[in-house]
Amino acid sequence: MKSANEITASDKVPEGWSPLLELAAREVFEIMLGCKLETQTAPAPVSGDFTAMVGLAGQVCGLLTLHCSAHSAALMASRMLGAEVKESDPQMWDAIGEIANMIAGNFKNKLTGMGDRCVLSVPTVITGSDYSLRSMADTGPLEVAFLFEGTPISVAVEVHS
Amino acid sequence: MKKLRALIVDDSSVMRKIVERSIRQAGIELAEVREASNGAEGLGALKNESVDLILCDINMPVMDGLEFLRQLQTVENAKGVPVVMITTEGSESHVVQALSIGARGYIRKPFTPEQVKEHVIPLLENTQ
Repeated sequence: MKSANEITASDKVPEGWSPLLELAAREVFEIMLGCKLETQTAPAPVSGDFTAMVGLAGQVCGLLTLHCSAHSAALMASRMLGAEVKESDPQMWDAIGEIANMIAGNFKNKLTGMGDRCVLSVPTVITGSDYSLRSMADTGPLEVAFLFEGTPISVAVEVHS
Repeated sequence: MKKLRALIVDDSSVMRKIVERSIRQAGIELAEVREASNGAEGLGALKNESVDLILCDINMPVMDGLEFLRQLQTVENAKGVPVVMITTEGSESHVVQALSIGARGYIRKPFTPEQVKEHVIPLLENTQ
């Protein structure tokens, strides 16, 4: 696997990153939400009602995104807080932003040599699905798809050098 | 162990609740929990009141956790109060930096209540 400082503008996201991203997401859900994510063998489209984003800056720049439906976001918040969170509750935004933040941090810490040379932004959360997201990434997105409580969610990373 | 007053500094209200729950699950009885959403609010909370334990994030808007730690050293009410960082920033340099400017413990997110117990209980036993 390439270390962080071996990525160049012409590269795609290194293949070895995919299992690390998957593991980073799984650990966050298992530890903080107490649930196992199921791998989607045939990824279904995610209802992108909620998109949480965390920026990466430094040796590697880019964006990590978490896409999910409003139902999933409410369920994630409920799992984190141990109490029911309704779909209109603003704690949903906070919860999925924090989940994206933890996945980004966990992923970054798993990359060889990345921990000290890459910092994270505070999370931003977009609601609604009628938008276009254009990052300045010069690699295609690395995306992993899961089922969270039977509902599709996805985690993606795009990087630019 | 006496009931403690804790200050939790994190820009996520959900995370503040999780940290509080984890402290309680660690068997630490809390008499009062003060919350702050950034370092500046945390310093403000300590102007007129003291606490027994501070748990603080690093990446926050307005004032981050490292600057909070630096300024905390001049706060009379915070003298000798153990500060534990709870953060996604798990790099060695962040840990070293935080510990060098006054943090007494460092927990990486995601974390379990057991990790909170392992890091916090010894600090409280040493300060009592």
